[in-house]
Amino acid sequence: MPRHRPIFWQLLACILFLSGMTLQGAEPPRAVIAKALITEDAEEQSKLVASLAGNTDPLIRDLLTAWKEGTLFIFEAPAGLAGFTEGEKLAVTLTGEKDGEEKQGALRVDTAEVLKDGEGKAIRLLESDLSAAETDSNLRVAMKGVLDVFALSAADSVSRLKVVTQIGLDQDPGLLAALRAREKIEPDAGVRRAIRQSLAQIELKNEDAAIRIGAVKELGAMGSISSQDALKELVRNATAGDGTEVAATAALKAIATHVKWVNFYGTFFRGLSGGSVLLVVAIGLAITFGLMGVINMAHGELIVVGAYTTYVVQCVFGPGLALSPFGMKIALPGLNATGAALDSYFLVALPLSFLMAAAVGLALERGIIRFLYRRPLESLLATWGVSLVLQQLFRSVFGSNNVQVYSPSWLSGNWTVFDVILGWNRVFVIGFAILIIMGTWAILNKTPLGLLIRAVMQNRAMASCVGVRTERVNMLTFGFGSGLAGLAGAFLSQLGNVGPLLGQDYIVSAFMTVVVGGVGSLAGTVISALGIGVVDQSLQQILLNPVLGKILVLAGIILFLQWRPAGIFVTKSRSLEG
Amino acid sequence: MKRAISRTEFLFIAITAFIVIVLLPALNAEGIISNFHLNLWGKYLCYSVLAISVDLLWGYTGLLSLGQALFFSLGGYMFGMYLMLVAGPFGQFAQSGQNPNGLPDFMVFLGHTVLPSFWRPFASFSFSTLMVVALPGLLALGFGYLAFRSRIKGVYFSILTQALTYGAALMFFSNDTVMGGNNGFTDFRYILGVDVRSASTQRWLFIASAVLLLGVYMLCKWLTGTKFGLVQRAVRDSETRVLFSGYAAANYKLFVFVLSSLIAALGGALYVPQVGIINPSEMTTEKSLEAVVWCAVGGRGTLVGPIVGAIGVNALKSWATRNCPDYWSFILGTIFILMVLFVPKGIVGGINDCSAWFTKWKKGREPDSTILEEITEPAASPSQS
Repeated sequence: MPRHRPIFWQLLACILFLSGMTLQGAEPPRAVIAKALITEDAEEQSKLVASLAGNTDPLIRDLLTAWKEGTLFIFEAPAGLAGFTEGEKLAVTLTGEKDGEEKQGALRVDTAEVLKDGEGKAIRLLESDLSAAETDSNLRVAMKGVLDVFALSAADSVSRLKVVTQIGLDQDPGLLAALRAREKIEPDAGVRRAIRQSLAQIELKNEDAAIRIGAVKELGAMGSISSQDALKELVRNATAGDGTEVAATAALKAIATHVKWVNFYGTFFRGLSGGSVLLVVAIGLAITFGLMGVINMAHGELIVVGAYTTYVVQCVFGPGLALSPFGMKIALPGLNATGAALDSYFLVALPLSFLMAAAVGLALERGIIRFLYRRPLESLLATWGVSLVLQQLFRSVFGSNNVQVYSPSWLSGNWTVFDVILGWNRVFVIGFAILIIMGTWAILNKTPLGLLIRAVMQNRAMASCVGVRTERVNMLTFGFGSGLAGLAGAFLSQLGNVGPLLGQDYIVSAFMTVVVGGVGSLAGTVISALGIGVVDQSLQQILLNPVLGKILVLAGIILFLQWRPAGIFVTKSRSLEG
Repeated sequence: MKRAISRTEFLFIAITAFIVIVLLPALNAEGIISNFHLNLWGKYLCYSVLAISVDLLWGYTGLLSLGQALFFSLGGYMFGMYLMLVAGPFGQFAQSGQNPNGLPDFMVFLGHTVLPSFWRPFASFSFSTLMVVALPGLLALGFGYLAFRSRIKGVYFSILTQALTYGAALMFFSNDTVMGGNNGFTDFRYILGVDVRSASTQRWLFIASAVLLLGVYMLCKWLTGTKFGLVQRAVRDSETRVLFSGYAAANYKLFVFVLSSLIAALGGALYVPQVGIINPSEMTTEKSLEAVVWCAVGGRGTLVGPIVGAIGVNALKSWATRNCPDYWSFILGTIFILMVLFVPKGIVGGINDCSAWFTKWKKGREPDSTILEEITEPAASPSQS
C-alpha cells in the first residue's frame, strides 16, 4: 500500500522522536537531512543526501527544496548558552514571526521542535546572525536525484510524465535503477512509454556499444522527437566501426519522418479546428444570408452579444459584476461559486447567449430588416449602421478594453495523441461545430418549422399564397440565425479575449465562407469552412507567414469563384436573376 | 435623350466653382479664413471626389463596391512614397547621422540600410503621379475583369470587394511589405521643392483638390448624359435585359469600375499631402462603407448628392468628435439606419421628391410622365429567386 507510506513514516517518526530514541539503519529523513546540513565534509554531505533516494516521505521534498532556496539555517551555539557546548551546530528553520527586536522563533530540523536552551527557554534568533545552509554543485546534483526519484511517485500522471521526460533529457545514469523500478509499477501507459524513452536516452551514454545501439534503435522505432539532439551528438562523437553512427543516422531519419507526420496531423488538426471556428461563426450567416438573402453586417456584433452574455454569466457565477453604462450604476451580485459549480457557468451561458442574440436579432428584424427584404444592398447598409451603434453600445457598457472570460477547467488543458498536442477547447469546438450542424440540419429538414422556412426561402410569394405566415417565418428564421451567432460568440470567448470589435475579426471570413460554400447550401458552408481552415493553416505552415497565408487564401477564393461563381453547391433555380 | 447642362445649372456650377477655387483661397491668403479651416475643407473636397467615385459605381451602375477606400488610399500611398523619399534625408535618423542613404525614417527603424528596389523610381514626381493612377487602375482592371467575367453581381460583388480590401489592408499592415506597416507614412517635408506644410502650399493643394472635384464632376456629368450613361443605368435597373438587348454589360461595368477607381485614387493622392498621414486603417471596409454613407445621405444617382453628403457628414463628424466623441458612432449609425429606411434617395433625392410633390400638389392632378420616369428602385436585387 504505497499510498499510506508517508503517513506511516510520519507516525513512526513522531513516535521515535517523542520517545527520544534513534534507530540505527532506519534513521528518519529529518535526522538524515539535519545531519547532512551540519556536516562539514562535502562528499559525506552528498552521500547522506543521496541515501534518501527512494524514500517517499514528502518531508524530504519540502526540506530539500527549502535547503536549495536557502531558507534552512545553521545555528552555532554561542559561549555560555545552557545545554549547549560552545560552537555546537544545529540546523534550524525560522518561524517567521518577528517580535519587536526583529527576532524570530526557530525550529530544529532534526526534531521539528522549538529550539530551546538547557533551561527549556525558547531561543529567539536574528536572521542576520545565522548563516544559511549552502549548497555546492555536487550536492545539488544529489538533491536533484533524490527529488526526481521522489517526483517519480507523484500522484498525478502529468507531473510524473514531466519528471520522466526531464530525466531522459538529463541522461543521468544514476537514475536508471529508479526508472526501471518505476516502469514495473507505473499504471499509466503514456508515462510507461516516456519511461522507456528516457531509459533508452540514458542508455545512449552506455559504454557498451551493443546496449547503445539497442537504445538508438528503440528511440528510432519510438519516433522520439526529444532525443534528436542526443542522437545528433552521438553521431558527432561516434568512434568509427562500432555501428553506433549508422544506427543513429537511421534512427534520426526515422524520427524525421515521424516529425513530418506529427506536423502534418498537427496542421490538419489546427486547420480542422480553425475551420470549425469559421463554421460556427458562419453557420448563422448561412441562414440569414444564405437562406434569407439578408446581408447582415451586424452579424459580427450578434456574435459579440453572445460573447458578452457568456462574460456576464461567468461574472454572476463568480464575484459579480459592476457596470456603469451612460453614467448609470448597475451592480450584479455574484454567486461566488467555486470549482465545479463555477465551471458549470458555461452550460448556463450557452443557452443564454443563444437567447440574447436571438432576441437582438428579432428586434433587428422587426425594426429594420423586414422593410428591406426587397433591397438586399440596402439591408447591407442599414445593418452596418446597426453594427456601429451596437459596437458603441458595447464600449459604453463594458468599456473599450477586452475582458477576460475564464475557461471551465474541462475546457483548458491539452490532450496529446502521438506527439500531436490537441487543446481541449479546440477539440471541443470541433465537437460543438458537429453538434450545431446536426441540430441546424435537423431543424431545417425534420421539423414543421424547417419545412416552412425552406418553403418561404424558396418562393416567398408562393408560400404566402398557400397560407404560410411568411412574416412570422422570416422573423423566426432570422432569430434562429442570430441565435446561432450568439452561440458562436460563447465559443469564441473560450478561445480568446472578448472585446467590442471581436465580431469585426470574423465577419469578412464568415461572408467568404458562405459565398464559397454556395449561398443557400448548408453542406457547402461546412465544406468551405473546413476547406478554408485547413488551407489557411497549411499555408501558414509552409510559408511561415500568417499574413501572406491569409492574403493567398483571399486571392484563392477570388480565383475559385471564377471557376464556380455560385460556390461549391449551386442551388438550382429557374429564376433569371438567381 | 442627350442631357445638356441647363443654363441655370451651368451658372450654379460656375459660381460655386469660382467661390471654391478662387474666392476661398484668396480669403485665406488675406487671413480671413484660417489655415485650419481651409485645410479641413480641402479634406472634404477630397472626400467628395471619393464619394462621387462611389456614386458612379453604386448610384449609376448598381455596383456596391466596398473597395473604394482601397483605391483611395492606394493613390495616397503611391503619392506618399514620393513624399517619403523626399523627406528621408531630413528625418530624425538622417540628422543624427544614422541614415547615410537618406532612407525614409520608418525603413531605418526597421533596420533597412538600402532602399528596396521597387521604391527607387518613386523619387521622381512624375513617376509617382503616373503610379497614382496606374496601380489602382491596373488592380481594378484585373479584379474587375475576373469578377465581371464570371458575372459576380449584387451582394456577391460587395463581399468580394470587401475581401479584396481586407487582404490589401493585411498586406499594408505587415512590415514585410516595407510600406510603413501600422504607422504608414507621415512626417512629409517637401513637395516639388517647396515645404508641404506651409500655408501657401496647402492653399495650392486646396485649389488642386477643388479643380479635381470640378473636373470629376464635369466628366461624370458628361458621361452619365451620354448613351454610355444610359446603358450604365440600364445595367443598374435590369442587367439581364441589357444582356438580352445585345450589350456586353460586363465591359460597361468594367469600364465604370476602372474609371471610378482612378477617380478615387486621384482624390487619395491629393488627400495625403493635405492631411499629412496615410496608414492602412484608411483602406478598411469601414472607410469604404463610410464613403457609401456620404453617398447615401447626400443622394445617390445624382452627382450633387455625394458632394453634399461627403461635406455634410464630415462636417458633422468634425463637430461630433470635438463635442461628444463617445457618441459619434451612435450618430453615424443612427443617421444611416434612418436614411436607408425613410429617405432611401438621400437629401438631394428627397428634395427632388418634395419639389415633384409640390408641383403635383400645385397642379392638383395625377403625376405626369416626367415623374414616372424617375427611377424609384435603383438597387439591383439579385437573390430573389
